[in-house]
Amino acid sequence: MKRFLGFIIGLTVALLLTLIAGENPLNIFMILMRSAFGSVYDLGLTLSYTTPLIFCGLSVAIGFHAGLFNIGAEGQMTMAVVTAAAVGVLFPQIPFPVAPLVAFAAALMMGGFWGAIVGWLRAYRGSHEVIITIMLNFIAAGLASWFTLKIIPNPHSQNPETALVSSNYMFKDYDLIARFFPDTPANASLGFAIAFAILLWIFLWKTTWGFQLRAVGSNPEASHRAGISEKKVQILAMTLAGAFAGCVALSEVLGSSGQYRIGFSPDYGFIGIAVALLANNNPIGIIFAAFLMGALHKGASDLDLETSTITRDFSRIIQALIILGVAAQGYWEWMKSKRRKS
Amino acid sequence: MDMMALLLSLSLATLRLATPLIFASMGGLMSERSGIVNVALEGFMLTGAFAGAVAGQYFASAWMGWAAALFAGLVIGALYALFVIELKADQIVTGMAFNLLAMGVIPFLTKIFYNSTGSTPALLVEDRFAFEPLLMAFALVALISFWLYKTRSGLWLLFAGEHPEALVASGVSVRKVRWSAVCASGAFAAWGGASLSLFLASSYSPMMTGGRGFMALAALIFGKWKPVPALAACLLFAFADALQIRLQGVRIGDMEVPVQFVQILPYVVTIVALAGFIGKSRAPKALGRE
Repeated sequence: MKRFLGFIIGLTVALLLTLIAGENPLNIFMILMRSAFGSVYDLGLTLSYTTPLIFCGLSVAIGFHAGLFNIGAEGQMTMAVVTAAAVGVLFPQIPFPVAPLVAFAAALMMGGFWGAIVGWLRAYRGSHEVIITIMLNFIAAGLASWFTLKIIPNPHSQNPETALVSSNYMFKDYDLIARFFPDTPANASLGFAIAFAILLWIFLWKTTWGFQLRAVGSNPEASHRAGISEKKVQILAMTLAGAFAGCVALSEVLGSSGQYRIGFSPDYGFIGIAVALLANNNPIGIIFAAFLMGALHKGASDLDLETSTITRDFSRIIQALIILGVAAQGYWEWMKSKRRKS
Repeated sequence: MDMMALLLSLSLATLRLATPLIFASMGGLMSERSGIVNVALEGFMLTGAFAGAVAGQYFASAWMGWAAALFAGLVIGALYALFVIELKADQIVTGMAFNLLAMGVIPFLTKIFYNSTGSTPALLVEDRFAFEPLLMAFALVALISFWLYKTRSGLWLLFAGEHPEALVASGVSVRKVRWSAVCASGAFAAWGGASLSLFLASSYSPMMTGGRGFMALAALIFGKWKPVPALAACLLFAFADALQIRLQGVRIGDMEVPVQFVQILPYVVTIVALAGFIGKSRAPKALGRE
């Protein structure tokens, strides 16, 4: 509840900022709402933003649970999406049910690998995971753009994107969610995202590995004495985090566009931080937090057209202020604990 | 002779490219030695770069831009201090939010001021800095290393980051020391940004920091949170950057080295530096704690 209050405060402050630009905050709010939920088409787009945000939110949350701050979801996702596209372009002859599975497995492995690098460096070299993940994000962007432009470019387009994967890789024909939202990139991966969130919840709270992961995150010293290997947990957590970020390949390549497009992500990895924070790293909460953030993002996309001074970049301000509103919640908890003590 | 010319141009480029990194990493040093983690350097730099470019252009003077960056840096530093010191918000989360905030607010302002999508108008060549920030960066390192180890207030900063209890026992307010340190951190990092928009380039362009705030932080860690070693690390990263610019379009035999491979060089160097040679780098004991 406190978190939701922080969310409201952040959103309100952001809307009040529009007064500086000479806009009516209420009007801006109405544009956001209409653009996010106004029609089936709008809702479809909102959901298509929600899906990668669920995956990235889960990725960031796994890190948090193990006491690690994963800012690298963006890079992990990029590497995985390119990998899925590469498999789909380079092996077009694989038949349908196998093909998407192979591409997905490759994406998971690449995402997991990109995360594992961080876990290993953190565990065995003591490197600061925040800086390492940021650097790996830049490196991933560089590698992906080289691979896209030089190895498998789209010969039929001037856009910076890979060639289309073979149609065997797409689950479009069986996609009920896509049928529900015609002409939007919303697709069945939303269902997978929700299922994965539930699986992660089970993993974290019902399995030994999940318990160890949370134990290291909440009290590394006690876990060490209890014989839990902190190093193994850190590597496991970052590998899992990378794999979850890698799931974005499902929604982006196999579910909708069938290719990797440079710049397809409006910083999903970073918005994922806000999502995880808003949901207090609870996988089930992440589904709803991702939907809220997805709606805000879609909402902001029409600000360019409907106002004269406010651009879609405004969604960054909203996200930042929401993060701050929620992060400063520590204040209320701190106040409460103080009052209780005295 | 050719080799000499190449070396000379490479060293000059290294010094120029090191300037923003040095300012930002000294900013990071102020904050982190006082016990406050600072991953907001990137956002501080963007703020300074933008404020510097706007004021520099408006007054047609690099020095006015420099002053504006100082002011903007103090303001955003104070805001950061408010969140992490008073509201006890998680330092890393808040830092990332500040980066995001800078990336959102600046396009918002450029749209209002210039009706552009993110860049500011360019300064005239004579209104830009020629070399001054470079000298100031080195002077700042000298000043900080003297101040940190030889003066009483410098010692306060060290104690705020190592043994805040000891500082309390001697009647100095840890809170005040940290507030001042974080404000100074904002100012220095903002100068780092301003040296991008007033010295290396002649205007603000979106995302012009390109991760330099994080590299500065990496340099600080690599330099074991000490001013002179951090300076050396900044020079190393700047050299990688200079080399990267130099290497674009270079061929090995028949193969042209892909430009993207060259561009990621500084980031790879940063990772290797942090992972490889850092040895035992001990963070200030109270870093990130209360």
